[in-house]
Amino acid sequence: MSGTTLLLALLLLSTLLYWIGRRRALTVVGGEPRRLHSLPGYYGYYVALWALIPAALVLGLWLALDDSVITSLVISGLPEAMQQLPQSELGLILNDIRNLISGNIVSRAIDPTLQAAADHYLQLQQLSQMALTLMALAIAVAGATYAWRAIAPQQRARNAVERTVVAFLVASSTLAIFTTIGIVLSVLFESIRFFHSVPVTEFLFGTSWSPQTAIRADQVGSSGAFGAIPLFTGTLLISFLAMIVAVPIGLMSAIYLSEYAGPKLRSFAKPLLEILAGIPTVVYGFFAALTVAPVMRNVGASIGLDVSSESALAAGLVMGIMIIPFVSSLSDDVINAVPQSMRDGAYGLGATRSETIRRVIIPAALPGIVGGVLLAVSRAIGETMIVVMAAGLAANLTANPLESVTTVTVQIVTLLVGDQEFDSPKTLAAFALGLLLFVVTLALNVIALHVVRKYREQYE
Amino acid sequence: MQQPTRSIDVVRAGLAKRYARERRFKTYGLLAVLAGLLFVSILFVSIVSKGYSAFWQSYVLLPVKFDAEQLDPTGERDPAVLSRADYGGLVKQTLREMFPEVTGRRDKRRLYDLVSSGAAFQLRQMVLDDPSLIGTAKGVWVPADDDVDMLLKGHIDRTLPESDRRLKDQQLAWVDKLQAQGALQQRFNTTFFTAGDSREPELSGIRGALMGSLYTLAVTLLLSFPIGVAAAIYLEEFAPRNRWTDLIEVNINNLAAVPSIVFGLLGLAVFINFFGLPRSAPLVGGLVLTLMTLPTIIIASRAALKSVPPSIREAALGIGASKVQTIVYHVLPLAMPGMLTGTIIGMAQALGESAPLLMIGMVAFIVDVPGGVFDPSTVLPVQIFLWADSPERAFVERTSAAIMVLLAFLIVMNALAVVLRKRFERRW
Repeated sequence: MSGTTLLLALLLLSTLLYWIGRRRALTVVGGEPRRLHSLPGYYGYYVALWALIPAALVLGLWLALDDSVITSLVISGLPEAMQQLPQSELGLILNDIRNLISGNIVSRAIDPTLQAAADHYLQLQQLSQMALTLMALAIAVAGATYAWRAIAPQQRARNAVERTVVAFLVASSTLAIFTTIGIVLSVLFESIRFFHSVPVTEFLFGTSWSPQTAIRADQVGSSGAFGAIPLFTGTLLISFLAMIVAVPIGLMSAIYLSEYAGPKLRSFAKPLLEILAGIPTVVYGFFAALTVAPVMRNVGASIGLDVSSESALAAGLVMGIMIIPFVSSLSDDVINAVPQSMRDGAYGLGATRSETIRRVIIPAALPGIVGGVLLAVSRAIGETMIVVMAAGLAANLTANPLESVTTVTVQIVTLLVGDQEFDSPKTLAAFALGLLLFVVTLALNVIALHVVRKYREQYE
Repeated sequence: MQQPTRSIDVVRAGLAKRYARERRFKTYGLLAVLAGLLFVSILFVSIVSKGYSAFWQSYVLLPVKFDAEQLDPTGERDPAVLSRADYGGLVKQTLREMFPEVTGRRDKRRLYDLVSSGAAFQLRQMVLDDPSLIGTAKGVWVPADDDVDMLLKGHIDRTLPESDRRLKDQQLAWVDKLQAQGALQQRFNTTFFTAGDSREPELSGIRGALMGSLYTLAVTLLLSFPIGVAAAIYLEEFAPRNRWTDLIEVNINNLAAVPSIVFGLLGLAVFINFFGLPRSAPLVGGLVLTLMTLPTIIIASRAALKSVPPSIREAALGIGASKVQTIVYHVLPLAMPGMLTGTIIGMAQALGESAPLLMIGMVAFIVDVPGGVFDPSTVLPVQIFLWADSPERAFVERTSAAIMVLLAFLIVMNALAVVLRKRFERRW
C-alpha cells in the first residue's frame, strides 16, 4: 500500500476502533454508563488514538527515510567500478535507474547492470512498502489492543484524551516559532555559503551587480559581480515613489471618510477602496506592465521625455495604488482611536474642522500613522510580482524614476526561477538577498508594531 | 495714538482665509477618495475591456471529406492505424479544395496558416471517437489561427502596410471570402475552460491552472484550518501569560508581515532541498501557503474566541464540563462563524498569491491538467504571470480573461465571508 492509502486505511481503522472501544466500555460496566469514570465515547477515542498516533508516527518516519535507505542499498549493489564514480555521475546513473522503473526515456543504452540495479531498486521498494504496511498495521493493532485491555470502570479515559488534545494545541501554536526558525535557518545557511565565495563587504557596498558567473574558465564577460547597492537604490526608489502616491491619498481619504463624509458616502466608498487591497499582486503587475507603462512612455514621448518602458515610475505608481487601502485603513484605525473629547476641546476653542484635524488629531495620531507608514514601506520593499512584471532586470545605479531599475525581489526571482544548480554563487546570492529582505522587513515591522502599541496604550 | 485691537477683530480678519483653507482641505480629502475610486475603476475597466473578447473565439468551417483511402488504408478501423493517419494533410487538402486558385508553395503555406494547428488533433479525436465517420463528408468547425482571431476582433490594423502586419493582403482576402460565405464565425470559447496551457493561444486554456489552484488550496485548507484554529484555542484559552507565549505571539504578528517571497525561499530550502519533495507540486505549494496563511487564520480565530462571552464558559464549567469539553461543545460552535470568515479570507489571499510559488518551481510550462497533489502543475495567478510574458497579441486578452476568472473567484469568496459574518455573527 502506498503512503496515502495506508494513512486512509489507518483512519478508517481508527474510526472502527472508536466504536469497538465505546462498546467495550459499556460491556465492562454491564451497560450502565454511570459506573464509568468518563463518558463511553472517550474510551472509544482512547482506543482509536492509541491505534492511530503510534502507527502514523512510524509511517511518517519510514516515508521520510525510506528513499535514502533504498538508494544507498542500490548503490552498494552496483558494480565496484560504478561506485567509484564521482558523486555527480552516480546521480545520473541513479536517475536513469529511476526513469527505467517509471518507464520514462532513459538517457543511455540499457545494459544488464542497469537493468539489474533497476530490478533491485524495484524489489527493495516493494519490500519496503510491504514491510511498512505490515508494520504500521501491526503497531496500530498492538496499540489498540493495549488500550482495549486497559479499559476499566475507573480508568480515566477522558483525561488521557484531553491531554492528547492539549498536546496537539500546543504543538500547533509552536508552529509559528518553527516557521520563523525555518526561515532564518534556511536563508542563513545558504547566505553563509554565499559569503564564503563573495565577501560581505563586497556584497553590501559594491556598486556593480551582474550575477553571471562563468561556466567555463575561459569565458568572456561573465565575471560575476555581486555588489548589491544598485538593488538597494532601485528598491528604495520604487518604494519611495509608491509612498509618494500611497501616503497622501491613503491618509487624506482616511481623514475625509472618517471626519467629513456622510454615512452614505462612507458605506459606499470604503468597501470599494478595500477592493484594491484584495486584488492579487499579479493583476497589478499586469496592469503596470501592459497599461500604465505604455501610457507613461507615450506621455513622456509627447512632452519630449525619454521614458523607459520598464520605468521605475510605472512600477512605483501601481505599487502605490496597491498600498493606498493599507495606509488608509491603518490611519483610519488610529484616527478613530483619538478620543472625541480632544476634538470637542478644539471645536470649543473655535477651531475649524481642518484646524482640528491638522493641529490636534494628526499630532495625536502621529505615532500610529508613522507606524502604519513603516508597515506600508515594509510591504513595498517586499512586494514582488509588480516589480517582477513591470520593473527591469538591469541593475542601474540611478535616482531617475524615468529609467529602468531593478529591485531585491526581482533579482531573487530571476536568480531562482528556472533550472539551476544549487551551489553556484548565483543561486546562493538569492538567499543572501532573501536574508537581507527578511532582516530589513522584520526590523521595520518590529519598530512599527512597537510604535503603534505604545501609542495605543496612551489612550486606553 | 495706537488703536487697541480687540481679539474678535483679529479673529474676523482671519476668518475668510481660514474658511478658504477649510474648503481647500476638504477638497483635498474628497479628491483623495475620488482618486482611489478612479484607480479602482480604471483597473477594472482596463482589464475587462482587454479581456472580455477572449470568451469568444473564431472558428472556421471546413468541409472535410474523411477519405477512407487516406485515413484507413487497411480498412480494419484499427485505432493504432487511425491515430497515426495524416490529419494535418487532411486539413491542408480541405483548405486547398476550398481555395483551388491557390497554387504557389508560399501561398499555400499562408493559406494553411489560417487554421490552427489544433485542427488536425480535433479531426483525429473525432475519427477515433467515431470511426464510422470515415468515408463520409462533414462540415467541421475548427479553431482559426490566433492571427485570424485577432483580425476579426479588430486587434490587427488592416490599414498598416503589408510588411508590418502579421496577416498579408492575400490572407485578408481569404478571410473576407470565408466570412462572406459564413464559414468563419465567432463562438463561445469552450477551449479556454477545458484545455491546459499551450504555446498556441487559440488552444490554450485555464483548466490546468484552475485544477492546480484547487489542489493547492485543498492542501492549504486541510492543514491551515485545523492548525490555525488549534493554535488560536491554545493561545486564547489555555496559554499562561509568560515569556514563551509572548514569544509565540510576537512571532505570529511578525510572520503576518514577512514578505511572501521569503516563504518561497523557505519552501525551496526546506521542503524541496531538505525533504526532497517534488518540485512544482501542489503539495509543496500548499505547504508554503499554509505557513503563509496561518497568521491570518490564527489572528481571526483568536478574535472570534475573544468575542464569546465568559459567561458561556462559566456556565459550562459550572455544570461539570471539563475545560476541553467546554471549549469543544460550547465555545467553538459560537466562534466558528468568525473562524470560518477568517479562513475564507486567508484562502482568498492564498488563491491570489504567486511570488512564493515561483520559488518552488510552479512556473513551469505544463500542458497536462494535474490529477493530484504530486503532479507538476501551476496555479491561476502564475498562469497569468506566464501569459503576461508571452509575446503573442492573443495572449493579452487571455491573460485579462484569466484575471477576470481569478477576480470572480475572489469576489465570490469575499462575498461568502461577508454573508457568513452578517448571517451568523452574534452580538452579545
